Amino acid sequence: MASHVVAATAEFPPGTRRVIEIDGRAVVVFNVKGEYFALLDKCPHNGGSLAAGVVTGLLQSAEPGCYSYAREGEIIRCPWHGWEFDIKTGRSFCSVIRARARAFPVHIEPGQTIVEGPYRAETVPVRVEDDYVVVDA
Amino acid sequence: MRIDCDIHPFVPNTRALFPHLPPHWRDTSEIRGIDDLHSVNYPDASPLTVRAEWRPAAGRPATTAALVGAQALDAFGSDIGILNCLYGVQTLYSDDLAAAYASALNDWVRAEFLDRDPRFRASIVVSLENIGMAVAEIERCAADPRFVQVLLLAGTSHPIGKRLYWPLFEAAVNHRLPVALHAGSELRNAPTALGWPSYYLEDYVANAQTFQYQLTSLFTEGVFNRFPELKVVMLESGWTWLPPLLWRIAKYWGGLRMEIPWADRSPAEIVRDQVRFSLTPTDGPADPDRLRRVLDHIGSDEVLLFSTDYPHAQFAGAEVFPAGIDEALRDRIAAANPLATYPRLAESLGGTA
Repeated sequence: MASHVVAATAEFPPGTRRVIEIDGRAVVVFNVKGEYFALLDKCPHNGGSLAAGVVTGLLQSAEPGCYSYAREGEIIRCPWHGWEFDIKTGRSFCSVIRARARAFPVHIEPGQTIVEGPYRAETVPVRVEDDYVVVDA
Repeated sequence: MRIDCDIHPFVPNTRALFPHLPPHWRDTSEIRGIDDLHSVNYPDASPLTVRAEWRPAAGRPATTAALVGAQALDAFGSDIGILNCLYGVQTLYSDDLAAAYASALNDWVRAEFLDRDPRFRASIVVSLENIGMAVAEIERCAADPRFVQVLLLAGTSHPIGKRLYWPLFEAAVNHRLPVALHAGSELRNAPTALGWPSYYLEDYVANAQTFQYQLTSLFTEGVFNRFPELKVVMLESGWTWLPPLLWRIAKYWGGLRMEIPWADRSPAEIVRDQVRFSLTPTDGPADPDRLRRVLDHIGSDEVLLFSTDYPHAQFAGAEVFPAGIDEALRDRIAAANPLATYPRLAESLGGTA
């Protein structure tokens, strides 16, 4: 496993997403209300790009006609067939869907560590005074 | 123990119901010339409507308890028969006339069949033209434990899962009555999704479309979630179409879950928990091994209920089961499954279900 620098936190605001390539595979990284999460950019259903999907909330119901809309901004809906996944875990919400989107750990590192440590930052110019979003994959 | 879950007594004509109609409606029927309510769902002369050896020289078949007891129960070794009257009271448009005829039909089946042979049970026939009146009829008839089910025609004016029908499901659940949908239509809509076809063969085949759509509606509208105790019975529906329908619903539910967030079980689980199908007709492959595969796809031995569909002509001879259904499953279909589906029936036989 290696650590891959995605972007400086200052350039990756809440509600946005970034796609990076790790060993030839696209990985989509989301900033959900200041927390960062990464999923393989490939829906486990048919391979649609989750990065191209709509971010929504989770609609649940205790009984027909009652709607409870929660966790806004935390669910990604595949643009191809509408399968929903929890951005934080890759978990789906429909019992007939057994697949989950593959998630990767994400953390934030100070630039000083990245300059010194075993990070790949080929496409991201790193400055020691900034914090960076890092995917482990 | 063998319980036939789909037997059809025939009403000779509206005059036979007159003793059970209020005088006002009796005279109205005479004056307006309402002499019959037999619908095109089962035309009298169609070979499918009556098996040849049960067709009398004149008039309708299956009009008396003695005849039905002999031909439908004795001949097939059945101990109990559930009577589902298919007289076209559901096609009437007047709330009051439809309700009067539905009540008369229920009282007729009680007087002419239930009171004459203790082996019979019956379904409560209701018109859906007025849901409040349908509920009142369920309440009225449910006082008699020999009524074990509510009977609707599959072709309703709206998809049956819609909330306008929920008071009916609630009343049924309160009285532990399954709600049955039987092949046929109120004739509020064309019988096919493409409009009006040319031939009766098309009408009859299209019943399967109707059942498939009703099952889809019950699933999407959340009827099984709102009424987890409810059992829905599909009568004369065929059942070999079930696995591909469940695959299709499940597939699109995966992507459209957010439309129906109350759906908490897969359509296949819901069918296993809450939906039952009469055995006859079996529209299956002739090869028994292939029919076994269909049963494997359904994945439950609890969903089929024994039925002859008497006097409709669905099979020849005295063997009701198609080849491919093994002995143990036959026993379940004949007794355990009906007893589990009809708690009022099971209680009347001393069971605890």
